[in-house]
Amino acid sequence: MLGTTFLLAIRSIRRHMLRSFLTILGIVIGVAAVVSMVTLGKATTQAAADQVASLGTNILQVRPGQGFGRGGGGPRPPDFEIADIDAVRQQVAGVTAVAPQAQSTATVIYNGTNWSTTINGTTNAFFEVQPWELTSGRTFTPAEEAAGRAVCIIGNTVQQNLFRGGDAVGQRIRLNDISCDVIGTLATRGQAGFGGDQDDTVIMPINTVQRRLTGNRDIRLMLVGFDSAYDPAVVQSSLTDLLRERRRIQAGAEDNFNIFDTAQITQTLTGVTTLLTSIVTAVAAISLVVGGIGIMNIMLVSVTERTREIGIRLAIGAVAREVLMQFLVEAIVLSMLGGLVGLLLAQIVIAVLTPLMQVPFIFDAQINVIAFAISAVIGVVFGFFPARRAASLNPIDALRHE
Amino acid sequence: MAARVAGAASVADDPIIRLRGVTKTYGEGATAFQALKGVDLDIAEGDFVAVMGPSGSGKSTTMNMLGCLDVPTGGSFLFKNVEVGHLDRDQRALLRRKYLGFVFQGFNLLSRTTALENVELPLLYRGEDKKTRHELGMAALDKVGLAEWWDHTPAELSGGQQQRVAIARAIVTSPAVLLADEPTGNLDSERSVEIMELLSGLNRDSNITVLMVTHEPDMAAFARTLVHFKDGLVERIETNQKVPEPA
Repeated sequence: MLGTTFLLAIRSIRRHMLRSFLTILGIVIGVAAVVSMVTLGKATTQAAADQVASLGTNILQVRPGQGFGRGGGGPRPPDFEIADIDAVRQQVAGVTAVAPQAQSTATVIYNGTNWSTTINGTTNAFFEVQPWELTSGRTFTPAEEAAGRAVCIIGNTVQQNLFRGGDAVGQRIRLNDISCDVIGTLATRGQAGFGGDQDDTVIMPINTVQRRLTGNRDIRLMLVGFDSAYDPAVVQSSLTDLLRERRRIQAGAEDNFNIFDTAQITQTLTGVTTLLTSIVTAVAAISLVVGGIGIMNIMLVSVTERTREIGIRLAIGAVAREVLMQFLVEAIVLSMLGGLVGLLLAQIVIAVLTPLMQVPFIFDAQINVIAFAISAVIGVVFGFFPARRAASLNPIDALRHE
Repeated sequence: MAARVAGAASVADDPIIRLRGVTKTYGEGATAFQALKGVDLDIAEGDFVAVMGPSGSGKSTTMNMLGCLDVPTGGSFLFKNVEVGHLDRDQRALLRRKYLGFVFQGFNLLSRTTALENVELPLLYRGEDKKTRHELGMAALDKVGLAEWWDHTPAELSGGQQQRVAIARAIVTSPAVLLADEPTGNLDSERSVEIMELLSGLNRDSNITVLMVTHEPDMAAFARTLVHFKDGLVERIETNQKVPEPA
């Protein structure tokens, strides 16, 4: 009997292609919206997490300052010194490398081409703290670091703009009034999402930058790499204790430096994107319910329109349950069909949008299954009322219906 | 009349249909309308009955009841010795499915559906498999002379052809009784005669009891028994001797 009912439903849907299409449109859009929103949300979350991870995991960024920003009023907290870097490296358990950073901006010139970029003064520890490959060349020698020689490793953006992607190692560039040898080129790292283009940089020994560019010995940022076997909270707290002591902060007074854990940033970022995804999905889910109501409306109209047909079926000997089942199965088949088309549409939407949004393409089987199941349930829920109305028709009245 | 009914009951085997004091009232209280006021009627198996009468005489109400689409308010309606008034909606549906075939004035075929699919419809509800449905459906279409038209939809068929498809649908289950409600009402006289000859043939050759409502004496002439209704009662019953008695 179920096979027969199914057959009747399919026939009826086939005979009214336009009506069927319009009926399922709401479900198609609803399912497509839910699936694509959830999938794109997940992709965005993953992309954000990947970007933060590209900064390196197990890294603490330490900056002078109070809270976020410098706080109001008081004197500007002192920057770090080279001695602080060494102390952290030697005295905090679990720390594997500490890279100081002194930043400046400069215009770099090669062969008549100008490019304004960020100069990062640091040590070879910079490459130990975080994974950042060289595409060619080498890092600094101890002699270059100690003497503060004019050597530099350039980021991909700088390489593209000055050398048009050509070989840069061994060339000499001008950097303000310094003549500087390019000894290495960096692999691309991409947008940091919040930090701008990470590849738009030139890395030089910190001594060189301090002496010839900034003109002071201040260090605005230190990157502290630590062994993943250590608890970040413990590393952070012993780092805090050490810095408070070195900076002579009274007990009870606030820190005049900030420590950012990249893992924490990841968590915050992921939390935000997850929340946004949930909100957008909720809106999409409403459209799915509206789609279900659309099915109910069309099925109700369909029952009225097909009253005579129902009368014929009843006269021929269909029992009420069979008529109910026919209309119910029709609604379920329609909504599942809508669900399937919606899933296909969602994949197309995702495939089109992921490159535009610069997020990875992912296929989330779970949400596809859930959305399809919901579309079937909608068929049952919103198909039942019209089906019951059809089944309760009086055959004599139904046959007389014009 | 009552004597004749009693006589028929005593002579023949039990009639396939027996009405005794059947009443039907629509509505309640002051607005109540009594459509049937106590109908007595026996219909023998294999008979060809024409039900006649002016509109409002109760003939349509009686046909609805005989088609088990409706139940009497009072009195007794035995179909094959089963009291139909005691059956519920679904039981009556099953009874229709098994024993009855319907032909309507307006053909009532499913649109956008081929002749064969229309004819197969009752078999679908009987749970017949695809092969059986096809064979029986084609056989029924063949009986009404439309086997070649099996894949045409109602819109592609003439009125006479549509009514023949409807007859094929009614007889595809080999019913005991075929109920025809003004089957020639929408057809010209030539087509009407064709339809009547078809019904006569089915009555004669397939031993199907035919109950037909009509108000055209020409069509009623094909029937053996003519039942005249008036004011909710059977006015008189005639026997047309030109039509041979059922075997």
